[in-house]
Amino acid sequence: MTQIAKLALEDGTVFTGEAFGASGEVDGEVVFNTSMTGYQEILTDPSYCGQIVTMTYPEIGNYGVNREDVESGKPHLAGFIVRENSRVASNFRSEGSLEDYLKENNIIALEGIDTRALVRRIRTVGALKGVISTEDLDDSSLVEKARNSEGLVGRDLVKEVIPEDSCQWEETLSEWAKLPGESLAGGDQAYHIVALDFGMKWNIARHLKDLGCQVTILPGTSTADEVMALNPDGVFLSNGPGDPEPLDYAISTIAALVPQVPVFGICLGHQLLSLACGAKTFKLKFGHRGANQPVQNLDAGTVEITAQNHGFAVEEESLPDHLEVTHRNLNDDTIAGVRHKEHNAFGVQYHPESSSGPHDSRYLFQQFYDSIAASKNS
Amino acid sequence: MPRRDDIKKILLIGSGPIVIGQACEFDYSGTQACKALREEGYEVVLVNSNPATIMTDPSVADRTYIEPLTWEMVEKVIAKEKPDAMLPTLGGQTGLNVAMDLDRHGVLEKHGVEMIAANAAVIAKAEERDQFKVAMEKIGLDVCHGQTVHTIEEARGFLGEIGLPAVIRPSFTMGGAGSAIAYNREEFDTLVRSGLDQSPVTEVLVEESIIGWKEYEMEVMRDKDDNVVIICAIENFDPMGIHTGDSITVAPAQTLTDKEYQRMRDASLAVIREIGVETGGSNIQFAINPDDGRMIVIEMNPRVSRSSALASKATGFPIAKIAAKLAVGYSLNELKNDITRETLACFEPTIDYVVTKIPRFAFEKFPEADSTLTTQMKSVGETMAIGRTFKESFQKALRGLEVGRFGFGCDGKDLWGTDEQPSDEEIRSKLSIPNSERAWYLRYAIKAGYTPEQLFEITYIDPWFLDQLYELVEIEEEIVACGAIDNIDQRLLKRIKQNGYSDRQVATLLNTSEIAVRQWRKEQGVIPVFKSVDTCAAEFEAYTPYYYSTYEEENEAPEKPEGKKRIMILGGGPNRIGQGIEFDYCCCHASFALREMGIESIMVNSNPETVSTDYDTSDLLFFEPLTIEDVLNICDRVQPDGVIVQFGGQTPLNLARGLQNAGVPIIGTTVDTIEAAEDREKFQQLLNKLGLHQPPNGIARNMEEARLEVAEIGYPVLVRPSFVLGGRAMEICYDHAQFERFVAEAFVVAQGQPVLIDKFLEDATEVDVDAICDRNRVVVSGIMEHIEEAGVHSGDSACAIPPYSLPGPVIEEIRKATVSLAMELQVCGLMNIQFAVKREDGEHKIYVLEVNPRASRTVPFVAKATGFPVAKIATQVMTGKTLDELGIEAAPIPGHVSVKESVFPFRKFSGVDIILGPEMRSTGEVMGSSERFSIAFAKSQLGAGIILPKEGNIFLSVTQRHKEIIKDLAKRLYALGFTLMATEGTAASIEEVGIPVQRVKKIAEGHPNLIDHLIDGEVTLAMNTPNGKGARTDEGKIRAAAVQYGVPCITTIQAAEAAVKAMEALREEEMSVVALQDRA
Repeated sequence: MTQIAKLALEDGTVFTGEAFGASGEVDGEVVFNTSMTGYQEILTDPSYCGQIVTMTYPEIGNYGVNREDVESGKPHLAGFIVRENSRVASNFRSEGSLEDYLKENNIIALEGIDTRALVRRIRTVGALKGVISTEDLDDSSLVEKARNSEGLVGRDLVKEVIPEDSCQWEETLSEWAKLPGESLAGGDQAYHIVALDFGMKWNIARHLKDLGCQVTILPGTSTADEVMALNPDGVFLSNGPGDPEPLDYAISTIAALVPQVPVFGICLGHQLLSLACGAKTFKLKFGHRGANQPVQNLDAGTVEITAQNHGFAVEEESLPDHLEVTHRNLNDDTIAGVRHKEHNAFGVQYHPESSSGPHDSRYLFQQFYDSIAASKNS
Repeated sequence: MPRRDDIKKILLIGSGPIVIGQACEFDYSGTQACKALREEGYEVVLVNSNPATIMTDPSVADRTYIEPLTWEMVEKVIAKEKPDAMLPTLGGQTGLNVAMDLDRHGVLEKHGVEMIAANAAVIAKAEERDQFKVAMEKIGLDVCHGQTVHTIEEARGFLGEIGLPAVIRPSFTMGGAGSAIAYNREEFDTLVRSGLDQSPVTEVLVEESIIGWKEYEMEVMRDKDDNVVIICAIENFDPMGIHTGDSITVAPAQTLTDKEYQRMRDASLAVIREIGVETGGSNIQFAINPDDGRMIVIEMNPRVSRSSALASKATGFPIAKIAAKLAVGYSLNELKNDITRETLACFEPTIDYVVTKIPRFAFEKFPEADSTLTTQMKSVGETMAIGRTFKESFQKALRGLEVGRFGFGCDGKDLWGTDEQPSDEEIRSKLSIPNSERAWYLRYAIKAGYTPEQLFEITYIDPWFLDQLYELVEIEEEIVACGAIDNIDQRLLKRIKQNGYSDRQVATLLNTSEIAVRQWRKEQGVIPVFKSVDTCAAEFEAYTPYYYSTYEEENEAPEKPEGKKRIMILGGGPNRIGQGIEFDYCCCHASFALREMGIESIMVNSNPETVSTDYDTSDLLFFEPLTIEDVLNICDRVQPDGVIVQFGGQTPLNLARGLQNAGVPIIGTTVDTIEAAEDREKFQQLLNKLGLHQPPNGIARNMEEARLEVAEIGYPVLVRPSFVLGGRAMEICYDHAQFERFVAEAFVVAQGQPVLIDKFLEDATEVDVDAICDRNRVVVSGIMEHIEEAGVHSGDSACAIPPYSLPGPVIEEIRKATVSLAMELQVCGLMNIQFAVKREDGEHKIYVLEVNPRASRTVPFVAKATGFPVAKIATQVMTGKTLDELGIEAAPIPGHVSVKESVFPFRKFSGVDIILGPEMRSTGEVMGSSERFSIAFAKSQLGAGIILPKEGNIFLSVTQRHKEIIKDLAKRLYALGFTLMATEGTAASIEEVGIPVQRVKKIAEGHPNLIDHLIDGEVTLAMNTPNGKGARTDEGKIRAAAVQYGVPCITTIQAAEAAVKAMEALREEEMSVVALQDRA
């Protein structure tokens, strides 16, 4: 028998559907992702910590789940909403159904609601706090809970997803991430890259490894001294969940690293790099989440189709003189990439490691490798 | 980079007549391209032989040439117009092939015309199999192991390497013509031989078989700055082995993980870059082994295609329009996305619904043809449906197919649970050998207890799709278990509707009426909402009013605006033989006319190929199946002030009564009148009243009545079922045996309706008349004299405007009869009448054969031949304007002659007898115009692919009653320098007038017989009028062989006479080209 579940939003809207993951109640910021594939990567992307993610594509779960296509050890999002969950999993790599996977990982999920109406609501009023429940089905009580929930702004969600210890990363990209015979090796040097993990997607580490580098992962709370003690050739700043502004510890670490070592940041890492260089960030109305966001590379003039997942962005007006914009989101002209004019540091707001998403921006890993090589030669 | 200023005038080549593999989609893409280029200030020169297209309207391009699509004729256009550039990628395979010919013959170089978007080298690299394979291997992509061969020996040698089954694909044929799978050596030899023959370069590719693999298509766009985006990924429900045009296809891809999808995306980008398509859209096909994910590139089309039209309609992204702009130098990020207005065209559409396309077939028209679905395309049309889930869109598409089905079974048309319930053996066979009925047999198999694993092993359809079908059957069982409609509560009812079940299906399952279900449903508040197609899954606000229905919470279709009238046009649904682009042309013009008058136009249609389903043709577009339920749902929401049913062919007419009964305001000619014209008795009274004649006729409800009628009327008779279009099951019977057989068949097709029996008028001239009436006055817009005698379906015969042989007084009498019929019927809008003129006792006697108070297939031809905007005026009249108010005096009578010729799909159905009869079998038409009838006829033949020879052997074989006339034709052909071949009887006649003729053996007389001469290429033209018909007769085999070996074959004496006249005229005068804009 199907179990009724509800989603209530802080603006008073309530959607009634059916539960298909774990039972219970959870609150979070309700956002949507427009990717038509890659739900497993999205589920396991730590950046979604604290969020209830709605997939705009209605048929989800079709190809099941597998052990390979994960971006971290487990799902981190608060809740998951789809129009229709597939009861079968069809793919030669599938190892189980989405439903079982969500249950095993205790993720509350809702299906059978008008997800397009929900998305239009979010688009119109902005990201909303919400609650999914299989227990409390009283509309007004749920709306009240949504209103009283904590939300994302000013909250340090990174601490919930960062690893406790450092480690050496050994896994390379899956054979499915490349065309037959395609090589992404950066060059003949095995540079040592230290990655500061704020909730890093594993495909970033896999990419760094594929470059032929030695990859050491440190928790994002590490200090600049701890990083430099490892004698890195380059430092990578990872993606991660939530608002970058409360992360003072990371901002000061990065500010200290930038003059010393080549730095590359992705998403939250890019925001932290910008904050460390003196810029400010702001919350977008409903963020960019999907795999079809056009970004123009201002140096080359060309456009990349990118995977994105962010609710905050770097504020144009606050940009200090020593930061220049290198990439721009063509949908709303927001900053999609910056570069330090004096130091060897750059960041992008989007996800060149894709997973899920297109591979157009992979060249940035090579760019990082080359910037390390250049710093060695100078 | 902004637009190029160094080019001013651009030549666009269309795709010619509608044929299998090339339909309205190229009218859609070509029209978009013309508009896009003119918007940028370029002068556009268009060449297309197809008068039924929107693109050949004189207002679409600056210079419009309705001329045959051969490089020689296009060269004449180039010489005259001196374009700076040519855009070859928007006119399908035909346009591309003509462009390649022009390049090969040095025409482009000679006249300094630049090929933009893709040059000849690029096109060859994509289309020429060996070059393509080398290119793919260079970028590390796997291709199917195969080899091109030029002889049967070479082919056999390679077969040793790959083994059977093997795929044979002829090079440079359209729609994959000639492609097939060989399972044994004998089949292999046959297929290779016919493939070599069909290929214009005598080349076929022999490949390893990847039958049963998953099949995908990627629609890719690239600009000059090397930005590349994927517009849409399409997954085939039917796996490899069935041409994608014949497959049920679904967008987006359903069963690929992101890893696999991105790999296919990477491969697509690599392919378009390596092949070097500079700008525009391409289509790349992939196969994936379901066991291990191995990916193979199948082929690439370096041009817009049927799939790109589908992708445009599926996503809202106008591929052809953007492709045209990219071709003149823009980059993707310089172009706006029309739909969101604020974002750019440089992105990848994402959709929040599921799109299903289902092909429509016409095997009932070709009972002798092999109806197995293979790698050669055989479907004649397609329908597309949009739903929030696959199940919903699949069921909507099945009812949009208009084959009398209302979803995935349960509609009273199932064989399951009836006396004809298929046996297990039959089910297995219908599943394992792909055919157009497979969807229904999948359901029977599920009902019969097949497991998903078993179904997969037989069909290789992906288990995800199969499970969707199982879910549908489970819901069906849930409905049945409810017992009665009022046991179905709101929640279940909503779920039923969300899964795409029609009211008709629910009614059938619960033994109640569709109306009862509808009422209960509305009482329960289960009504559909309309959601928009916006390219972006609602991330941005959409401004394009393109909607589909679904059962959800939020409605996005706008309420009726204050103070503005709304009129709805019902389209023609999927193309089929007898109903195609001509009706789409009418619907589009209705919409344009309404918008011009400040009335909001609303289009409803389900055919993704068309201009009518372009989002900027109408003010509101509803992409929906054309059924009573779906149309009423839209009416409930949009509250139209009027609905036009007379432009979309039979489809909307079939809905008219039901809509009217539900209170929908039908405008124009009343439903009563439409029905009265079909009612034999009322019609007869009407003719008597007006003093008009019709051939003696009768009506029969059973075999016994039929026998009585024919005894009265006398042979020959024409029999046909009532209420069908395109002359389905219409036959001429000369004797009792034929009568018994054909009447029985007609009763089957009639499905309970009576069968009509008419005296067949032998040797009569048929005349088609189109007219517009405003209930007070009539304007006759076109009088068309047919070339072939009455008895050949009007859609299949050639015809001329103005009449080329009828005397003035006869034409005047026809005109008067038309006026009195239109007035008496109180027609409001368009009407079409078919007359037959027979010489009896030295006088011309006029018979009325048929009156259709609606748009006919000839509307666009008339408009192009006369310059008179027929559909527009008819629309204005239907909204209440009078012809006087519109200032319409009379339709112009053109100073030149235009000949329409029909085009047939015989080459796709090898072995079928090609003689013309009362059942329509043509898929498209071309037009040729000139000052002289004979030259216009020659052009129409050339446009239809019949090259009238200048020298060589002509084969003649005529039936007894043509033995006299053939003497004259033989003399004239001999005088033109041809050598003649004939079979015994015809040869004897010819020799009587002293003309030398070579006797050829009939098939039964041993070798070398005529077929051997055809194979050896010794015959340049065949003229063969039939004694009998059928693929098994000797003469049927000869005609089929002529088609197979590409020898033009004329099968009526009237066409033979016209052809001789044309060949004589061509000795005196060359064919010249004239733009529509230059005609008086």
